[in-house]
Amino acid sequence: MQAADDTPQGSNPLREQAFSKRAEWLRGLGESSDVVMSSRVRLARNIAGFPFTPQASRIDRTQILEACKQRILNMTTGSASQFMWIDLHHAGREDRNLLVERQLMSRQHAKGKLSTGKGGLEEPRSVAVLVPDERVSIMINEEDHLRIQTIHSGLALSACLEEANELDDMIEAGMDYAYHPRFGYLTACPTNVGTGLRLSVMLHLPALKLTGELDKVKRAASDMGLAVRGFHGEGSESSGEFYQLSNQTTLGKSDEMLLREMEHEIVPRVVGYERHARKNLMSNRKELIEDQIWRALGTLRHAKLMKVDEALDLLSLVRLGVLTGILEGITLEQVHGLLLSTQPIHLQKTLGEVLTQQQRRVARASHICATLTPSSKNTDTGSK
Amino acid sequence: MLCECGQYEATIHEVIITKDKKKVERHLCEHCAREQGVSSDPYIPISQLISSSSYIMGQVITDEDASPDDDFTAHADESIKPQPAIKTKTSPTACIGCGLSFSGFKKNGLLGCPSCYQTFEDRIGPMIERAHEGGCNHVGKVPKRALCESKTANDTSRIESLLGDIRQREERLEALRGRLAKSIHDEEYEQAAMLRDELTRLTSLAPSQGASQQASSQVEVTTTRAASDSAPTSS
Repeated sequence: MQAADDTPQGSNPLREQAFSKRAEWLRGLGESSDVVMSSRVRLARNIAGFPFTPQASRIDRTQILEACKQRILNMTTGSASQFMWIDLHHAGREDRNLLVERQLMSRQHAKGKLSTGKGGLEEPRSVAVLVPDERVSIMINEEDHLRIQTIHSGLALSACLEEANELDDMIEAGMDYAYHPRFGYLTACPTNVGTGLRLSVMLHLPALKLTGELDKVKRAASDMGLAVRGFHGEGSESSGEFYQLSNQTTLGKSDEMLLREMEHEIVPRVVGYERHARKNLMSNRKELIEDQIWRALGTLRHAKLMKVDEALDLLSLVRLGVLTGILEGITLEQVHGLLLSTQPIHLQKTLGEVLTQQQRRVARASHICATLTPSSKNTDTGSK
Repeated sequence: MLCECGQYEATIHEVIITKDKKKVERHLCEHCAREQGVSSDPYIPISQLISSSSYIMGQVITDEDASPDDDFTAHADESIKPQPAIKTKTSPTACIGCGLSFSGFKKNGLLGCPSCYQTFEDRIGPMIERAHEGGCNHVGKVPKRALCESKTANDTSRIESLLGDIRQREERLEALRGRLAKSIHDEEYEQAAMLRDELTRLTSLAPSQGASQQASSQVEVTTTRAASDSAPTSS
């Protein structure tokens, strides 16, 4: 696949790519997908013989990047999929943020600035994305040299881990990793050392919010040593009652132990709580839940200006409405499509023009209205 | 005169004036003096009194670096106290690999290069342990190709760089056996089964002299217990 900097002027692979297929994490399929939007696995790896990215010189970073590029682009993925390599130091702001909105890389990687304050937009750094399915992305020269990420929809952490481990082995077949017998895989931040493994699930918990039990669940998760983050990942507040739950411990427990805890103990328990809360609301407080859901749909259909976080909050309730059968004629696919297409960069890519914040709010409201109005058909990919 | 421990001759004599101006005399042997932090050598070299070698590299130690704001500073303070020379030597304050000072790490929370783990092992070890809920040794995956190659070539030093030397491997096996026994005691059978698998895997990766047989027999016993005990929970 062509690297972004090789792209002829006038065409943009990311724009063509943007809506060719729905992002994996929004497919809405798989086990427990009523509550678990997606599962994600991230492995942090560093190449032996080089300083970690925050301490590496530009020459080091270029060498790391070239070594990874050669390795990754020559890997056989065993399917029709292939890696698209994007040099972020040559990419524009919009394209970088598009990749963040699609959850293919971190906000920090888009900015290029590390938490040490070092780095910047010009620093050599890249991301490799497996296309067309977008299940895999590999960040190069983020906080660690390599961050291998796999995403599947629904509760599918074991499938994610298996795929990430395969890729890890394929990359390691061509380069030595920084590894220590006591500390395991060495990482720039000691909180990731050991397995370098982060298992995350994106949960949709609107009923627990309505019943007032959400804080209890969040506290319990924290007590179990888990991190609870918002829709946009690290450093973000929750929007629309979407939460990312992930392990914090990476040393002293094997991949399998961490996986079992998350996939077979913790997540099923939270899923159970949310389902129980939904059932309770439907049997005991149906008017309340119906009122909230219909109000949300009414606002989405008739508003003339819509902020991105407001849209997320309201779409969250509409999703609950579809899953509980309160709303008919709206599909989960439409709702999931809107979760992505109402994000600022996706909205602009759909319309093919750069918009001011006010223009985006107008366009967002109009796009949602067109998608959710009963007479509209297949309009979840955009509107004029 | 005998030391307070009553075993050895007291060679260190200390006089302390307490707050209420009372004089307290202490007579200690070298061993007890070291344990109680009483210096046996009044002439401490200046290099041992300076808390950071970053000064020697031309960096000035700032007040911020010396502020008692976290666990790392506690260690820095310890280095100011008279200590046996050997301890000071094993806790350098700048990484030989990348030059990152310990105060640099404290500031950003990020290490500079793989060698930093070796350089600062004594000081970051306890911090890492706390961050990982008591986990202090890696359990799980080892770079597959690197291990395979080093085993094929029978490259002992390479194997040791991945799995540790015989003593380290023994310690890790011992720690895993302890965790396995605790899991079985706490009736956490799924956890026990995984620890057992890990124990078997680690033993098979690099069997050490005599230890492998001991480890395998231990595994067999615990496996049987874990398997038989776990049956009722799965139903």
